[in-house]
Amino acid sequence: MNEQHGGEVILSVENIGLSFGVMKVLDDISFDIRRGEIRSIIGPNGAGKSSLLNVINGFYHPQQGTITFKGETRRHMAPHVAAKDGIARTFQNIALFKGMSTLDNIMTGRNLKMKTNIFWQALHLGPARAEELENRLEAEKIIDFLDIQAIRKKPVGKLPYGLQKRVELGRALAAEPELLLLDEPMAGMNSEEKEDMSRFILDVNAEFGTTIALIEHDMGVVMDLSDRVLVLDYGKQLADGLPEEVRNNQEVIDAYLGVPHEEEVA
Amino acid sequence: MDAKDQETVLDTFPKLLQSHVERRPNRDAMREKDLGIWQSWTWAEAAREIRSLACGLASLGLERGDKLAIIGDNRPRLYWSMTAAQALGAVPVPLYQDSVADEMAYVLDNADVKIAMVEDQEQVDKMLEVLERCPKVEHIVYDDTRGLESYRQEFLHQFEAVQQAGEAFDRDHPGFYDSEVAAGNGAEDSIMLYTSGTTGNPKGVVLSNDNVIITARNGIERENLTAEEEVLAYLPMAWVGDNLFSYAQSYVAGFCVSCPEDPTTVPNDLREIGPTYFFAPPRIYENMLTQVMIRMEDAAAIKQRLFHYFMDLAGKVGVRILNGEPVSLKNRLLYKLGDLLIYGPLKDVLGLGRTRLAYTAGEAIGPEIFDFYRSLGINIKQLYGQTECMVFICVQPDGEVYADTVGTPAIDVEIKIADSGEIMYRSPGVFQAYYKNPESTASTKTADGWVHTGDAGFFDEHSGHLKIIDRAKDVGKLNDGTLLAPKYIENKLKFFSYIREAVVFGDGRDYSTAFINIDLDAVGNWAERRNLAYSGYIDLAGLDEVYQLVKECIDKVNLDLSQDGKLGNSQIRRFLVLHKELDADDGELTRTRKVRRSTVGERYGDLVDALYSGQKECHVETRVTFENGSIGTLSADVQIREAEYYPPGGIAREAAA
Repeated sequence: MNEQHGGEVILSVENIGLSFGVMKVLDDISFDIRRGEIRSIIGPNGAGKSSLLNVINGFYHPQQGTITFKGETRRHMAPHVAAKDGIARTFQNIALFKGMSTLDNIMTGRNLKMKTNIFWQALHLGPARAEELENRLEAEKIIDFLDIQAIRKKPVGKLPYGLQKRVELGRALAAEPELLLLDEPMAGMNSEEKEDMSRFILDVNAEFGTTIALIEHDMGVVMDLSDRVLVLDYGKQLADGLPEEVRNNQEVIDAYLGVPHEEEVA
Repeated sequence: MDAKDQETVLDTFPKLLQSHVERRPNRDAMREKDLGIWQSWTWAEAAREIRSLACGLASLGLERGDKLAIIGDNRPRLYWSMTAAQALGAVPVPLYQDSVADEMAYVLDNADVKIAMVEDQEQVDKMLEVLERCPKVEHIVYDDTRGLESYRQEFLHQFEAVQQAGEAFDRDHPGFYDSEVAAGNGAEDSIMLYTSGTTGNPKGVVLSNDNVIITARNGIERENLTAEEEVLAYLPMAWVGDNLFSYAQSYVAGFCVSCPEDPTTVPNDLREIGPTYFFAPPRIYENMLTQVMIRMEDAAAIKQRLFHYFMDLAGKVGVRILNGEPVSLKNRLLYKLGDLLIYGPLKDVLGLGRTRLAYTAGEAIGPEIFDFYRSLGINIKQLYGQTECMVFICVQPDGEVYADTVGTPAIDVEIKIADSGEIMYRSPGVFQAYYKNPESTASTKTADGWVHTGDAGFFDEHSGHLKIIDRAKDVGKLNDGTLLAPKYIENKLKFFSYIREAVVFGDGRDYSTAFINIDLDAVGNWAERRNLAYSGYIDLAGLDEVYQLVKECIDKVNLDLSQDGKLGNSQIRRFLVLHKELDADDGELTRTRKVRRSTVGERYGDLVDALYSGQKECHVETRVTFENGSIGTLSADVQIREAEYYPPGGIAREAAA
């Protein structure tokens, strides 16, 4: 953790500008993400953090700027291209299939990995059967990884919030992403759940080498997990650098932290 | 082969293993659920795993008499480690997997552990943290590699790597394994189990092969267990009961043991395995019943009515049918119908559909809980045991099961009651010694082999069964001379599903008082059904309505006590609902969830004083240790209430209803 990742740049956005009508949501944002790092984006409510993630995975189309992902430069992304190219994400408000089981939700994350057509899948024969078994094995590995065996067959709508967040991470991991976008994965969690989630994020990063872009409010978590931190404020880029640099940046302190950050005691 | 003959030959676990390889090589010995699928190993496969592991441990320097620590959840590989160590004449020392680093350090050092076999990164990290304090530990072997890729220490070994080294070692030293196994005998140390110890440091109980194997065999004989049993190993490996039920008896009888996928999946795994032979401490039976009741509260009206109708019927005749007593034909038929509609499905949901024999021990079990299971036709019985004799002291015989006794002496066990009221016993299972602790050994075990249990009790005149009232040292006196058996009262209180823990004080005082811990699930559900809002445990515990609920429970216990002869005056006069759940991490409970009365008394001294000072409220600040190890403070205003007092010996009035 926090060691310098000298990896190549996997994603860079340049001079991104996004507005809804007269509202400027993102104003000339440029930053990059290197392969293998944990990159955090912080900022007060309404700073444009989620919008930036939405731009990266093609949900929003910016009016200005370019996005370069794995060497290919585009004016904007499209969600299906992003997904196919290896970008997966979780949402600030959980977006799971509430009536489906944990296992089925994670299996949906494998959807893009399935090659056989709906005809074979409906018959559950031949290649579709082998494929289903293979994908089930991958889903089971994720269940084991996230330690959610006990809720494998439970409908996710009935699970506590913290576990739903974990299932959502599981579904994103099922796509075997190269870049994982996590939108406030720890919002509304207690300190123990936060600690578990932090552990999983680090493990995903260490074990699968997944690059992670993280939006998070808990400063303790951000400072501990991140390799580099980008700070936004009202759509503007306030700072970008190592956690210590950001922590000591006067502008950031004024805008976001309010007071010099002190270690919070859980 | 003659049974007696077998006994003389099969006197160690590796020899028993070999006999199963010869007699039932292709029968399953162990199962474990991995990635959602049950994997199994036959006796022959298990024996191969154990052989290569034993040779691998030998190549790391494990020798006869050395100690191998085993730390982790129930995993086949960890059970195999026990046999592998025993094959070399080394002694396995299982540790509680949830113990914090400090507790672990003490045991590792005290037991002179040479190699530690651990489950995963969590345990490796704990080991690394305490390693400086345990200079005798030479190697650490781990099973699950996750998160450990970047660990480079030379003394860290992966399980499979040790087995591979073992295979090479076996090739270079043919005959080594077999001669080591042959060198073992019944008198040799088999295992060392640390007792949780309600006071002071844990003590290592040394048990010989004969202690363990003869006791396991006697238990099998008494209950007619066979190689067909199914068992789920889900209780801590460091606990003597798991070692007996999931290890020793499996090796003696030859039955298959299944390990759960994860500690949290036990209810599912129970349902899938359907054990025929099952052990659980009372709290697990309580939890299962609480879950059933909570779910029934939410069920449709017709289901509720069916459930209550048939449970009433079961309450009336179920236990009598199980005990083989006469029951009218009509009720028998109705009970059969109930079995079809309610009891059978319910038992399947609990995973007890095939259970032929279920034991409970450790603490007293609530009579309604006990009768609930028995009325469903589950043969649940209480036993009384200790680590010091490999569990069995008393067991309830089939058909003679009473909620308030622990049964008759187990095979080969002699019992006597000392003048002080303390129960003493002698049996082939009696331990060799406390490790490196001759003083404790001498004060517990007399020269002619009698062991002090520390429990006070007597033989019931009607049934001839042993009845236990309390720890001998805990039996105290109020200032007016009334006998006070705190645990006896606490158990009566804990029989209410709303009360999770109770701590009773009163020795050397004018009257008795109690701390109560409510059960968050049961009381939370109760509050929700009454639309009472609460934000968490502290809030719920302080509600007036909850106090009233607890008071009703205490009043019933007081009424009960008033009828209890010598104990009549020890009724609870004042009580409070504690603002925090008692927790093993704060040292308030032992790892097996027994209350440490003196620790609690000291920690909450202000509250105890308040109980005896007439205050209505008391402000407290308490240091708590969170699960992540950080320390914080809880503060609360705890209210103190008075309970109803019933004149001793008075006739139970309508208040009882």
